Amino acid sequence: MIHKWTTNNRHFVLDVNSGALHEVDSATLSLLGDNAPIAHTPDIDQLISAGLLYSNLPPNFNIDEFIEQRKNAPIKALCLNIAHDCNLRCTYCFADEGEYHGKRELMSLSTAQNAIDFLIARSNNRHNLEVDFFGGEPLMNFEVVKQTVEYAKLQAQKFNKNFRFTITTNGVLLDDDKINYINENFDNVVLSLDGRREVNDKMRPTANKKGSYDLIVPKFLKLISARHGKDYFVRGTFTKNNLDFFEDIKHISSLGFKNLSLEPVVADSSADYVISEEDLPKIFDEYDKLADDYINADYNFFHMDVDINGGPCAIKRLSGCGAGCEYVAITPNGDCYPCHQFVGKADFLMGNVNTNSTKISPRQDFAECNVLAKDECANCWAKFYCSGGCLANSYNFSGDINGNYDIGCRLQKKRIECALYIRAARQDSFASGEKMA
Amino acid sequence: MIKTIFEGSIFCCGECTVANQCTKDNE
Repeated sequence: MIHKWTTNNRHFVLDVNSGALHEVDSATLSLLGDNAPIAHTPDIDQLISAGLLYSNLPPNFNIDEFIEQRKNAPIKALCLNIAHDCNLRCTYCFADEGEYHGKRELMSLSTAQNAIDFLIARSNNRHNLEVDFFGGEPLMNFEVVKQTVEYAKLQAQKFNKNFRFTITTNGVLLDDDKINYINENFDNVVLSLDGRREVNDKMRPTANKKGSYDLIVPKFLKLISARHGKDYFVRGTFTKNNLDFFEDIKHISSLGFKNLSLEPVVADSSADYVISEEDLPKIFDEYDKLADDYINADYNFFHMDVDINGGPCAIKRLSGCGAGCEYVAITPNGDCYPCHQFVGKADFLMGNVNTNSTKISPRQDFAECNVLAKDECANCWAKFYCSGGCLANSYNFSGDINGNYDIGCRLQKKRIECALYIRAARQDSFASGEKMA
Repeated sequence: MIKTIFEGSIFCCGECTVANQCTKDNE
């Protein structure tokens, strides 16, 4: 299978099963069918022989081994919902203003320690472990955050582990002490900001319905200026209200933030800000603008940085994440779910780290979910870049983790086309201005 | 005319879009 597309009058061909990317002229493009050439030329036949065009899946590949590994996977990453409470009232919040459709609650230190112990016990020979402090708003429970980090460091020495801490915050409660502690101890910080003041404040008001932009931007700038090169991301959400989201990307970059991510909102179809079919042409135009700007940009944009040659072993491309197997989320009362997006959905409760942590085991249905098992994915050209997408989105929109979220798929495919175009455009041959017919 | 831009990477430690996400020397 191949995929053909045109960006900025340049024609590209992706060979799905090898990952090979080619640029062709319009005459050659017309000779290439989706699953076989319409006509043969020496160039086409040479690439077919080399396994770089219309290639097949590797003959010795055994999907059952992959599934079996996931069914017995060690746990490597933990999402710690340290606070089911929030001081913002973001309109689109999947976590229901931090409460996850439950009650407002903060995690106790003893539950956090049990979660760390659980992660270490279930990590087997994994050395690098990840703990993401999440919410709600984790700064509302920052003393427990700090005590948990210090506890994890002690346990890491004892059990020869290395913890990588990350935190996601809306920034409202940031002060000098918190900034210093975060910059000293956290490998990555995710700062929530949607873009221009009016865009951000429409969707991210405070509890008393005021805008949050002027409150948080100075604090974010202070935090990153003292970060000295350590990772951070400014992450936002765009909605039907700002389909011209490239303007927001430029705005965030102009403020001085250089690691950016702006993602399409995922929401119930009844919401007035949800992205619908009619919005896709405008969004695709914005992605094209972003792609052209990004070729020589001085900022990093998350979804345009696909690593076509590197990344992890290719087998990891068969599933989008480790949810329910290598990655789980823990709530303030110790409940364990496949990931933060499934928190509060009773059918997905895996156990509790306070009461029965030894009985928590990988979800078999999540272990079996992969791009070759999902009908929509198996026949899709983007499967080895998208890796099946978000299981929670699939579940929320189709009622099945093996289903799919159509709008999300189409946006992802467009982003992949743009990302591959950018990688191609950054090659020397393009830099010299060479064009094809 | 066809120009190959990348040959692609496509199925080791458990230490790892997925394409954009090792300490074998880990036990």
